[in-house]
Amino acid sequence: MTATRTELVPFDAALETYDPAMGLEVHVELNTASKMFCGCSTVFGAEPNTQVCPTCLGLPGALPVVNGKAVESAIRIGLALNCSIAPWSRFARKNYFYPDMPKNFQTSQYDEPIAYDGWTEVTVETDEGPRVFRIDIERAHMEEDTGKSLHVGGSTGRIHGADHSLVDYNRAGIPLIEVVTKPILGAGKYAPLVARAYVASLRELVKALDVSDARMEQGSMRCDVNLSLAPSGSDVLGTRSETKNVNSLRSVERAVRYEVERHAGILDAGQKVVQETRHWHEDTGVTTSGREKSDAEDYRYFPEPDLVPVAPSDAWVEELRATLPEPPAERRARLQAEWGYSDLEMRDVVGAGAIDLIEATISAGATPTAARKWWLGDLARRANDTATPIDELGVTPTQVAEVQALVDAKRINDKLARQVFDGLVAGEGTPEEIVAARGLEVVSDDGALAAAVDRAIEANPDVADKIRDGKVAAAGALIGAVMKDMRGQADAGRVRELIIEKLS
Amino acid sequence: MSDGISRADVAHLANLARIDLSDAELDRLTPELTVILESVAQVAAIASADVPPTSHAVPLSNVFREDVVTPGLTPEQALAGAPAVEQQRFAVPRILGEDA
Repeated sequence: MTATRTELVPFDAALETYDPAMGLEVHVELNTASKMFCGCSTVFGAEPNTQVCPTCLGLPGALPVVNGKAVESAIRIGLALNCSIAPWSRFARKNYFYPDMPKNFQTSQYDEPIAYDGWTEVTVETDEGPRVFRIDIERAHMEEDTGKSLHVGGSTGRIHGADHSLVDYNRAGIPLIEVVTKPILGAGKYAPLVARAYVASLRELVKALDVSDARMEQGSMRCDVNLSLAPSGSDVLGTRSETKNVNSLRSVERAVRYEVERHAGILDAGQKVVQETRHWHEDTGVTTSGREKSDAEDYRYFPEPDLVPVAPSDAWVEELRATLPEPPAERRARLQAEWGYSDLEMRDVVGAGAIDLIEATISAGATPTAARKWWLGDLARRANDTATPIDELGVTPTQVAEVQALVDAKRINDKLARQVFDGLVAGEGTPEEIVAARGLEVVSDDGALAAAVDRAIEANPDVADKIRDGKVAAAGALIGAVMKDMRGQADAGRVRELIIEKLS
Repeated sequence: MSDGISRADVAHLANLARIDLSDAELDRLTPELTVILESVAQVAAIASADVPPTSHAVPLSNVFREDVVTPGLTPEQALAGAPAVEQQRFAVPRILGEDA
């Protein structure tokens, strides 16, 4: 059934002939303490099969009971995505035979999802500047995660060539919310960026709701990318492929790009795209064929007889709506206006993951300009150099505000402030203590400064002459000499004043 | 649904459910299932829009438990009934034609 291998068509060329349509399915593992239908722990990384019980192992006679907190999280995700919340919805059994589910079915939802018909917006940088794309949400439903299989005997740990598989059911039964978009049309060449921006915004959203860790590298947030191409201008959707387990933001963008190029190659060669599941290979940046997609009927969904319906009252839904945080996009716009940052500055702040840190630094007394200067300057560089998340550097927003207060009081200058940050990262105490212990305070004694200025003038007579002739810009060289003489511990503004005084 | 079920449908379902049916069993089950489906169709014909579908024997909803961790099984207990065990995991034959 697999089509003859065809050449990829370069992305830009593919977009001249075809319009991509995307559908994104994102699985979000909830951060509840216990599983969806039993009281087993959900802690990541435990020894195999230490977080299991008769219910999640599917042993005869065990009865599931729904985790109320998981339902609450599902409703809150639905509301944050502007969905309608079903007044009555049921769980369903999705029947399939695969050892990652010991019950031979996965408890999921089928035609009665808890949340449906929503939307969200993402902003993408286009050639014409930032553009807002609306993403319509088909549904968000509750289900349970599967166990983890380890394939042994093969060379790569993948299933092909494996002799047998070893299964750990610690993950089986952890609550999942699957968020499914409607077809995303009209993104054109921005489709890869729109897909990435959507997954990024969903991650930001579930973190803001505090319902998931959303750690893509640990698998607590996973994305499936459906993609099809239709001839430009056509309103008929093409045959889609479903690329599974695309597990980083960068990979989402790359996988969309790759599938566009692959589909275009198939269609240009006059062949038909096969509707199938594909696997994304992070290392090589390509997808390969998995299995052909079975019809929905093949899962023989039917209502789960062991679980009663979930029927959230209006009052409960409204109570949960009241707990929603300010939507991330609105919060960003509000803070940008409050702080007076340009679009470019705000984008850098968001990109550096420093929005919360800057907000807290400003609350602790620093100006928006100062807060941004430190977090995006010296501290972002340290984070980058040491590959440490910026919020784990060991420097708190309060400390940054304290350092800036020392600068404002002219007790240290920016250069010395960096040494204070060295001390903070090394855990040497508070900014005050570090300034005292390292002897960083600037010399404000005019006598000592004046002596240093005299030495600098004497050592640079030609520069001094220029300043006497009115070329004040030349003062920089003398300031530099004085700062060096004072080991950086001088107030550069005061030094400048002294130089001008002496030479005018 | 009221059109009954074909012999091929029954064979397909049996395959999906991993039930090995002989030709004789297919011959017997196809008409039996047809009768069952016809009976269901009669009920479906009587039910009007104002009658909500029944999926449970008890008229309950919103039965939830607290999000509290409770003790489960030890790995030894969990694996006691496994046909084969390796590295504290359930060892199963490799699966053909599908992928994880």
